[in-house]
Amino acid sequence: MKPPDFDYVAPTSVDDAIKALGSDAEAKVLAGGQSLIPLLAFRLAGPSLLVDLARVDGLDHITDEGDRLVIGAMTRQRRAERDPVVAERCPLLVESLRHVGHPQIRSRGTIGGSVAHADPAAELPAVVLALGGRVHVTGHSGDRTIEAEDLFQGFLSTSIEDGEILTAVEVPASGPRTGWSVVEIARRPGDYALCGALCQLQLDDAGAVVDAHLALIGVGDRPMRAHAVEAAVLGGASPVEAATLAPDGLSPGSDVHASSDYRLHLATVTSRRALTQALESAA
Amino acid sequence: MTTHDITVEVNGVAYDRTVPPRLLLSDFLRHELHLTGTHVGCEHGVCGACTVQLDGDGVRSCLLFAVQVDGCAIKTVEGLASGPELHPLQAAFSGAHALQCGFCTPGFLMAIDSMLDELSAMNEAEIREALSGNICRCTGYQGIVEAVQATVAGDKHDGR
Ligand SMILES: Cc1cc2nc3c(=O)[nH]c(=O)nc-3n(C[C@H](O)[C@H](O)[C@H](O)COP(=O)(O)OP(=O)(O)OC[C@H]3O[C@@H](n4cnc5c(N)ncnc54)[C@H](O)[C@@H]3O)c2cc1C
Ligand code: FES
Ligand code: FES
Repeated sequence: MKPPDFDYVAPTSVDDAIKALGSDAEAKVLAGGQSLIPLLAFRLAGPSLLVDLARVDGLDHITDEGDRLVIGAMTRQRRAERDPVVAERCPLLVESLRHVGHPQIRSRGTIGGSVAHADPAAELPAVVLALGGRVHVTGHSGDRTIEAEDLFQGFLSTSIEDGEILTAVEVPASGPRTGWSVVEIARRPGDYALCGALCQLQLDDAGAVVDAHLALIGVGDRPMRAHAVEAAVLGGASPVEAATLAPDGLSPGSDVHASSDYRLHLATVTSRRALTQALESAA
Repeated sequence: MTTHDITVEVNGVAYDRTVPPRLLLSDFLRHELHLTGTHVGCEHGVCGACTVQLDGDGVRSCLLFAVQVDGCAIKTVEGLASGPELHPLQAAFSGAHALQCGFCTPGFLMAIDSMLDELSAMNEAEIREALSGNICRCTGYQGIVEAVQATVAGDKHDGR
């Protein structure tokens, strides 16, 4: 359970971090280490160099940009969870963070690290996907922005290239009469969920749903946005009716924790509960 | 591999050491500083036995490299009591029979101590959830929850 040998640098600027990453084909970014260090302990990763971003200037911030909320990659999850600006601008993110591991994991784990790690059962990638957010990355060839729908490429895999660093995560700020909910089925609190649904709905003055976001976790090799359910809700379907569409297009794997069929069943159950709760909290 | 010089304050004492990057903070505390109160259970982040405080926050010392905490302040279970006087949380653990073998206890103490403010506003179910990152094989958690409730309520235990 001891990590293999590696070299370590802790640069203080993004430029130096990119240079360090470019200096070694087997280099890897170290953020909070809450996923990477277990991978090292199990010898599932063997980088020759770790580039620690903890001392890099400018990556730890929460910025309210009016219609958008921008969070620096190295912002600790525990800070974001307790931040009043995040609570006001993106309550779904706060609710989701409470489901990420335990407080001691969130003290170290970062917003950017969770999104870059792209675990299919992780909450934060699903929030960014559900809300139609994007990430900012930078590398040798400059800065670019990747839309959430193009970011998640498969199991623990994103379109962030080797040598690039995720610098910030951006989500649209929530409007008035917005409700949200995170419903998960997990063996123990804090465990990665067998299946979960993350939902945000917005109502107009007459109480009709005018904006619907739903993403599912634990049902594929990446977080999945439930477009069919969203369309049904926007068309006036009840949570019960709409949730029956949740398994559309999903083919989750079976493992020791849950069979594929059970996960599909949970997709309906968690979607129904999340839609119902989000509607109630928006009303 | 290259080693790194670090300065770390542990329980108020500054230590200068030279460490290889792969040295876990848990091993640094136990093997370099001989502070063996910090226990190592799973060594991959799931049991909580190795919890210490880093600049006041509860963290897993098995999910941190010593080199990452250069310039930081660490508090371990050895830093909780003042001399022979138990910390109120330790006294409450003793009073509520919140430990049997004691293997998990240092992790619980350091996790709980880092969250006392939040725990004081929680009901029993919320306390259980807040403590879910620490695993105890012996007690069934009842005594641990009672010890937390006694501590945040300011109840004095006789430490029997
Ligand atoms: C016991 C336990 C339970 C957990 N439960 C959950 C859970 O329920 N839900 C959940 O979502 N997560 C869970 N986690 C994982 C936790 O949320 C991690 O914090 C998170 O997945 C990774 O964030 P990190 O900052 O620790 O990244 P690291 O572990 O440092 O890095 C993870 C990966 O992302 C890359 N990376 C990190 N930052 C960047 C960046 N800025 N640019 C480019 N690449 C980058 C790294 O190179 C590495 O490959 C759990 C972890 C543990 C130990
Ligand atoms: S030894 Fe660190 S969490 Fe188990
Ligand atoms: S007292 Fe034995 S593991 Fe908790």
